[in-house]
Amino acid sequence: MKILVPVKRVVDYNVKVRVKPDQTGVDLANVKMSMNPFCEIAVEEAIRLKEKGAAEEIVVVSIGPAQAQETIRTALAMGADRGIHITTDDAVESLGVAKLLAKVVEEESPELVILGKQAIDGDVNATGQMLAALLGWPQATFASEVEKTDDGYNVTREIDGGLQTIKVSSPAIITTDLRLNEPRYASLPNIMKAKRKPIDAKTPADFGVDIAPRLEALKVAEPAKREAGVKVESVAELVDKLKNEAGVI
Amino acid sequence: MTVLVIAEHDNASLNDATRAVITAAKGIGGDIHVLVGGEDCGPVIEIVKGLDGVTKVLHAESPALKNRLAEAMETLVLSIADGYDAILAAASTTGKNFMPRIAAKLDVMQISDITAVESADTFVRPIYAGNAMMTVKSNDAKKVITVRPTTFEKAGDGGSASVETIDAPAPAAASEFVSEELSKSDRPDLGSAKIVISGGRGMGNGENFAIIEKVADRLGAAVGASRAAVDAGFVPNDYQVGQTGKVVAPELYIAVGISGAIQHLAGMKDSKVIVAINKDEEAPIFSVADYGLVADLFTAVPEFEAELEKAGV
Ligand SMILES: Cc1cc2nc3c(=O)[nH]c(=O)nc-3n(C[C@H](O)[C@H](O)[C@H](O)COP(=O)(O)OP(=O)(O)OC[C@H]3O[C@@H](n4cnc5c(N)ncnc54)[C@H](O)[C@@H]3O)c2cc1C
Ligand SMILES: Nc1ncnc2c1ncn2[C@@H]1O[C@H](COP(=O)(O)O)[C@@H](O)[C@H]1O
Repeated sequence: MKILVPVKRVVDYNVKVRVKPDQTGVDLANVKMSMNPFCEIAVEEAIRLKEKGAAEEIVVVSIGPAQAQETIRTALAMGADRGIHITTDDAVESLGVAKLLAKVVEEESPELVILGKQAIDGDVNATGQMLAALLGWPQATFASEVEKTDDGYNVTREIDGGLQTIKVSSPAIITTDLRLNEPRYASLPNIMKAKRKPIDAKTPADFGVDIAPRLEALKVAEPAKREAGVKVESVAELVDKLKNEAGVI
Repeated sequence: MTVLVIAEHDNASLNDATRAVITAAKGIGGDIHVLVGGEDCGPVIEIVKGLDGVTKVLHAESPALKNRLAEAMETLVLSIADGYDAILAAASTTGKNFMPRIAAKLDVMQISDITAVESADTFVRPIYAGNAMMTVKSNDAKKVITVRPTTFEKAGDGGSASVETIDAPAPAAASEFVSEELSKSDRPDLGSAKIVISGGRGMGNGENFAIIEKVADRLGAAVGASRAAVDAGFVPNDYQVGQTGKVVAPELYIAVGISGAIQHLAGMKDSKVIVAINKDEEAPIFSVADYGLVADLFTAVPEFEAELEKAGV
């Protein structure tokens, strides 16, 4: 079995981004970039399935600028086998990404695609579900446990009320949630080995799909600032303030 | 202009988030229809047809819709999508699960998690864990939108919509429900509680959450947590507040032993009043707290409970 894992290069989760003064976007100059954390979890899950003998090959794919190649190398160093880099400097929306991925799926015929549930830059949470719909495949989103069965997967999902377990037949789409696994760090020898793993270079034009953006950003603004509060000296003062000043208890 | 709102429910009662989605739909304008798909979901129809602003309720019954799995919801909504200019659902785990499938099939880019409606085609949504608010104009003919329930008022009752029964087509691709393990609690729902008290890694273990629960029970509050507390197994996953968990905006949010990482702030910084109890006076949570108490939580929280009792709360 082959597993496809789409990975996105995003602003590192430790960075607090700043809005540009002209409100055209956020300032990404000299900001640390990393693999989207949910994509790391996706890569890790694919590697674990391979280690258990449930998969033979892991292909990672990233759509993004030249530097997205580093993100692919990171996944290869973790243990993926080869990469596909669809190079573009334009921001591609989830719908466009899903359309490109659907074409990659057509070419590669994986039996499973594992994506992150959400990219932490745009916070869209849609690509995996869109890809599933375009392919007509079942989906198991927000996975916290994946168990391979004879004809598919039993997946435990994190939902608002608790946990839900569903069964999906293969081929399927899975998207990862935080509790699925803890991604490994790549060892130095594996980082060296990853340099020799193949990465196929492509462009969106190779796939002949329309990925023009549908949403137009009119403005990117700072969120409302909270007024600085006060430090209280004691618990009694806190209760008094909550009761008599804020009136919330 | 006609807007379709997809109701969120458990076949017996309506999730309050749907009322917020209806308010967002009113901002877009036009007639509002609500789709209720489920199994034996008659009681939900009774509630929905009385919602203020709703003109028509569409009722679909099928065993395949019992748990509102994404594939079944996709075919159901697509079967009626032609008649609508905008399709809205809550940005809950249910809405986030099925709405992008509908958007993809309609060849539309979803507008996720909106916090404001500027006009029929322009919306505001948070990006980068709420560190930036983006105003987006959609150039798609149809809008597919998920709504952040905490930022819209909840539509009240007082309507009298007509009810139409529609067929539920067979799902496109099959996923099958196996089981559900829902957190049971007598406390209010985290997403709509007026007061929330959350614990973080500083709680040390799950048993220690008992001191938080005592306060919660006195205040009629819901209990939440940081990711670190959930990852460590102190509390279940559905307690997680934050960028990738639940977004809450209560009257009062009390953060106990939580440092205030941006991912956590993303889920609670729109609360009206924020209290932080943390022994580290440099903790970033204090930068958003209206009232900060620098103290060891293991003495401060029980004392808080005692003081509340003294104050007759
Ligand atoms: C992709 C991604 C998504 C994420 N999503 C979320 C999310 O949705 N929600 C979320 O919360 N986090 C999320 N995080 C994690 C986030 O980055 C932080 O790691 C997390 O919020 C930290 O939790 P914490 O504040 O409980 O723990 P810590 O940062 O370890 O803070 C513990 C605090 O407790 C205090 N403390 C310890 N002992 C005591 C005591 N006895 N008395 C008083 N105070 C004490 C300490 O001073 C410290 O400030 C996400 C991270 C990633 C990478
Ligand atoms: N540019 C991209 N390249 C590769 N994968 C992507 C890209 N954008 C999104 N994805 C995948 O889709 C997931 C969800 O992203 P989103 O729908 O944007 O929140 C990510 O975790 C990735 O697995």
